[in-house]
Amino acid sequence: MGLLSRKATCNSHGQDSSYFLGWQEYEKNPYDEVENPQGIIQMGLAENQLSFDLLESWLAKNPDAASFRRDGQSIFKELALFQDYHGLPAFKNALVDFMSEIRGNKVKFDPSHVVLTAGATSANETLMFCLAEQGDAFLLPTPYYPGFDRDLKWRTGVEIVPIQCTSSNRFQITAAALEEAYQEAQRKNLRVKGVLVTNPSNPLGTTMTRDELDLLVNFITDKEIHLISDEIYSGTVFSPPAFVSVMEVLKDRNLGKTQVWERVHIVYSLSKDLGLPGFRVGAIYSNDPIVVAAATKMSSFGLVSSQTQYLLSAVLSDKKFTKEYIAKSRKRLQKQQSKLVAGLGKAGIGCLESNAGLFCWVDMRHLLSSDTFEAEMELWKRIVYDVKLNISPGSSCHCSEPGWFRVCFANMSEDTLKLAMQRLKSFIGSMAVNDRSHQELKNSRRKFRTKWVFRLSFQSFHDREQDER
Amino acid sequence: MLSSKASCNSHGQDSSYFLGWQFYEKNPFDVVKNPAGIIQMGLAENQLSFDLVESWLRKNPDAMGLKNKEGESVFRDLALFQDYHGMPAFKNELVEYMAKIRGNKVKFDPKNLVLAAGATSANETLIFCLADPGEAILLPTPYYPGFDRDLRWRTGVEIVPIHCSSSNGFRISMHALEEAYERAQKLNLKVKGVLITNPSNPLGTTMAKDELQSLITFAIHKNIHLISDEVFSGTVFDSPCFISIIEAAMDSNLERNIDVLSRIHIVYSLSKDLGLPGFRVGMIYSNNQTVVAAATKMSSFGLVSSQTQYLLSCMLANKKFTGKYMKENQRRLKRRKEMLVSGLKRSGINCLKSNAGLFCWVDMRHLLSSNTFEAETDLWKKILCEVGLNISPGSSCHCSEPGWFRVCFANMNQSTLEVALRRIKGFVERSRLNYQQNMGGFSRRLLSNWVRKLSSADHREEQER
Repeated sequence: MGLLSRKATCNSHGQDSSYFLGWQEYEKNPYDEVENPQGIIQMGLAENQLSFDLLESWLAKNPDAASFRRDGQSIFKELALFQDYHGLPAFKNALVDFMSEIRGNKVKFDPSHVVLTAGATSANETLMFCLAEQGDAFLLPTPYYPGFDRDLKWRTGVEIVPIQCTSSNRFQITAAALEEAYQEAQRKNLRVKGVLVTNPSNPLGTTMTRDELDLLVNFITDKEIHLISDEIYSGTVFSPPAFVSVMEVLKDRNLGKTQVWERVHIVYSLSKDLGLPGFRVGAIYSNDPIVVAAATKMSSFGLVSSQTQYLLSAVLSDKKFTKEYIAKSRKRLQKQQSKLVAGLGKAGIGCLESNAGLFCWVDMRHLLSSDTFEAEMELWKRIVYDVKLNISPGSSCHCSEPGWFRVCFANMSEDTLKLAMQRLKSFIGSMAVNDRSHQELKNSRRKFRTKWVFRLSFQSFHDREQDER
Repeated sequence: MLSSKASCNSHGQDSSYFLGWQFYEKNPFDVVKNPAGIIQMGLAENQLSFDLVESWLRKNPDAMGLKNKEGESVFRDLALFQDYHGMPAFKNELVEYMAKIRGNKVKFDPKNLVLAAGATSANETLIFCLADPGEAILLPTPYYPGFDRDLRWRTGVEIVPIHCSSSNGFRISMHALEEAYERAQKLNLKVKGVLITNPSNPLGTTMAKDELQSLITFAIHKNIHLISDEVFSGTVFDSPCFISIIEAAMDSNLERNIDVLSRIHIVYSLSKDLGLPGFRVGMIYSNNQTVVAAATKMSSFGLVSSQTQYLLSCMLANKKFTGKYMKENQRRLKRRKEMLVSGLKRSGINCLKSNAGLFCWVDMRHLLSSNTFEAETDLWKKILCEVGLNISPGSSCHCSEPGWFRVCFANMNQSTLEVALRRIKGFVERSRLNYQQNMGGFSRRLLSNWVRKLSSADHREEQER
């Protein structure tokens, strides 16, 4: 049979990773309050399900927006034919106002710099196609969203080189880590075209400090490379410090109209704050007219349905609604996050302090049988299969330290969250009882092993591990 | 600083196809506000049957209002639905609709269907799945100008044309296929497949079963793929009826049937027959499970809005509506095409005989000042600027013979088409007059060179005409 492309037959779509495998397990046995109360609770999906009622009520009051009507007239034909890759002007105007509002109106965006795409997934890939060649590299701070391995690399041929961040300073990006990553790329003979950060961070749930942003701007200025700031969670910042966009930093530093101004690009989407991943609404914002022009043409491969553009232009044009929505949504996210944090706390588990996102970055290092990724996998499997919670192991996010997990909180009701916390508490409790003796045994064996490990063959070592499980 | 893709122009958008479009945008015809403006005849859109869709929408407000049959809101489910396998209800309806278009002579399995944001996305994704950068796909000319961007730009794959000519109605001959294949070899390009558009854009013709089977045989012999872009399959308004590549593959004595089906891939979209290009609904159909799996993951980069999937699944579920729509739409397309063909004929212009599509392939070779592409471009500019019609020159479709133009008929109302036909008639008459005058002048110049050599009697005849 005729050969397929390498892209079709390889696995650099990254979908054999645990991130996706946990998802599959959940699909086989999904929790349902009524029909499957013993099922797996999905805590690996960063969705915002807390504020649909607000949108639904808006829809009920504004039926025309979904019915292809404007000022009482049908505009169906106009929308059915509208495939202009410059996007629906009314939608782009409303979108930039919304983006501004999220940033406390400290930055203003120009709709002619916006390129609409079918979701941030499409936006990120398109930016890679515009900024880098096959074999070039982008630096990404770890831990990062597992989907990037597919979105940024798969069809583009671009490489990711990690900027290693650690818990020693709350996983913030340091100058040393940036430089080290850059050198690592050089050693691999990869030309670095830019840095991509997610701010607020996925999976950390933290917003970047001004210092970090300054550091990044200085770095990309010095190296003459690009900066992509994936700000899809910007609307989910629920407690201080307030969100600072990289655009704000550029503005404050009077870097408008400089070269670096044109090398900073933002990615946004309505999937996280408005909770509309199904509608496929993403955007690239760039101050480089060539990038805007190229990305606009490329958006042909992933345009936003005009039906959806129209509906959302109506929603976002209602300033009273957007203001109310942002405020209420933030409150609900904050409440749910604190329930998760408190619940974990009761189980003796801590989280990285966070002020944004739809998840917490949870510290389970103390539950590992050893400070290794194998132990993290073991723990993860137990949590998925025994505790029946699908959470995301840090290794799937390329975290450099084992033991961290991303746990989502915004895709379930309060009751489900409560149940999840109960299950976790019971698990920890039973683990403490069972594993205390187990742990003592392991401790003595570990001492034994360290004396003998060089004398024993790998095979018998492995056999012994099997017996202990 | 930027990638070569961003700074080059292999997006092909400097071609005349797009330039004419831009010209139109600056001075668009409007019967009231700008009656002297340029009439857009370069856009293959179907605007003839919106009233049918709108009437369905009015009767089914819940589908738009994101409510189910029980009147309950499904907003939440739709808002969250981003599964790249696509909405099951929608895919089920699509495969039935696709089968209906093919006279139910083929059955499609929804599991083999991958949704994409329009055929633009579907085509690019298929190429990403079937070919590596530097490899090639063979395409019969003339072909849709957008392919230069869709198939090549980000994929790095090359297009090698299969030259077709008017000598046999632009059909693909085995000779032309072989020749194209060899040309690719000489260019050191590994051929991974053939891509045909059936019904053809820009020809408006459907392929015969034996043509399809020759292509399939060729693909088997060369061990390559066959992509059949069938986006216009719902626009077949006249006989011969449409035969899909899959029907041709199944209905034959071809050996290794399973192998055959695994190398055949169909692209479809709702942009042409249903006239909904703005909704971005395209799809890939393949029996090759590896292709389906890879294309499904790639569709993440261009999923169809769940809001749109829901609306259209409701609409296509109404079999009475789809049956009525298909019939009426085809009737209107046929009538409109006949109006264009007869109008052009009255101006002494012929079209390639066609039975599908939203355009005619028009023969203006006799209006060229010379049998060259420069002359074709001159004529195209005249028609754009002086006559005020944006039509697509054959060269933008990579036609090997100058003088052919694609003229769309389904994106305007009847009176606008009448205006366009009047303008063409006027242009042709003026051209004839100019030609006669020029020819007169030319003859006189010729004679003045020969006057010493020719008898005085010839000279007198010229004067008397």
